[in-house]
Amino acid sequence: MTQFQTTTDGQREGSVESGYSDDGLLPELVAHLRENRTRLRDQWAHRVTEASLLEAMTPQEMAAETTLVYDNYVEVLETGSVEALQHYARDLSERIIPRGVETHEVVGIVLLLRDVLARSLFEKYSHDPELLNRVLDAYEPAANRIANTVAVSFVEERERVIREQQDALRELSTPVLPVRERLLILPIIGVLDSERARQLTEQLLLGIRRHRARVVVIDVTGVPGVDETVANHLVQTVDASRLMGASVIITGLSPTIAQTLVTIGVDLGKMNTIGDLQGGLEEAERLLEYGVAQQGGAST
Amino acid sequence: MIQQGPTPVSILREGSNLVVSIHTALDDTQMERFRHDLVAAIGQHRARGVIIDVAALDVLDSFGSRTLRDIGEMARLRGARTVIVGIQPDVAFAMVRLGMSMGALPSALDLEEGLAFLAQAGSPTQGGSSG
Repeated sequence: MTQFQTTTDGQREGSVESGYSDDGLLPELVAHLRENRTRLRDQWAHRVTEASLLEAMTPQEMAAETTLVYDNYVEVLETGSVEALQHYARDLSERIIPRGVETHEVVGIVLLLRDVLARSLFEKYSHDPELLNRVLDAYEPAANRIANTVAVSFVEERERVIREQQDALRELSTPVLPVRERLLILPIIGVLDSERARQLTEQLLLGIRRHRARVVVIDVTGVPGVDETVANHLVQTVDASRLMGASVIITGLSPTIAQTLVTIGVDLGKMNTIGDLQGGLEEAERLLEYGVAQQGGAST
Repeated sequence: MIQQGPTPVSILREGSNLVVSIHTALDDTQMERFRHDLVAAIGQHRARGVIIDVAALDVLDSFGSRTLRDIGEMARLRGARTVIVGIQPDVAFAMVRLGMSMGALPSALDLEEGLAFLAQAGSPTQGGSSG
């Protein structure tokens, strides 16, 4: 595969079958690309714009990035080592991923550059088809490898970013907030899947013990939808909290969710539900004060 | 309190309440015997409340939770309210996952909360006006 690694010292893995020595071809090619750098780069940038790729970037950024990509590209052709390119591709991905650049765009621009350069080679060697053949033999595997490297780096980087965000989300997604003595709030925002429900319950139970909570308000205003599974998770959370001696108030069940729950027949009869968080907090205060008053009255 | 007794359960009197600590996991026979002893002790001590502390248990199986539930019911028939205290987070979570429940048996966080609960709810006339 590394046919183009016919660089300098000894390590030629040339699968050069023709009688010609191709040693000089890649350096020559590189020299050609360097010579025509501005022209080819502009041509390429033009085609990128034409294909409406990288529209998230400003023209200045485009100019800067295309120059960098171009130089890296040529460098890989020259050295045969993709390491620097990999590094650059990751770096580039890191910068452009937050701006919503898609995989197809990244692959698209690299393939466009490959085509632009190939076209220029056609032009330059059109007088000698055999030489052109050999030049392309040297160029194509290298170009493909570059496209491959960039695409893989981009996807890897994106996966890394996604993983990081998932981790961050996981940590952020289960805040157990002490509001006042004996009272916790657990606002749930986002989709509640089994894994998250497990974590949430775990955090809540630990929170109950740590803060010696008597009342917990679980606010589900930020939960987009509730199905049977999610409802059962909630029931489990409530039951587990009760076993730890804390009463649970659920708030923020939207009209849609309320209708869904009744329609699918989830039994929420045991649950103490209040319309909104404000009402839930008032109810919680009432429970706590009632408890304290009773306690005070009875212990005398 | 953590003496090596004949059963790994200690039953202590605290005012009009019995404080019961389970120190280690009980097998089914021990559980039965514990139930028997406790129901007898309620009458002996004329207890109005029972606190069962399970903080030392890191697992509570279905037989265990059913027995506790039964004890709660039997104690009620003998005139005492029961509250379970000290269920660990892991245990609570495992119990709900496995679909086990304590039924109507109330729980409290720990001994202190359990005593507070009984003090608050202990009056025979539904925790109302004058005690």
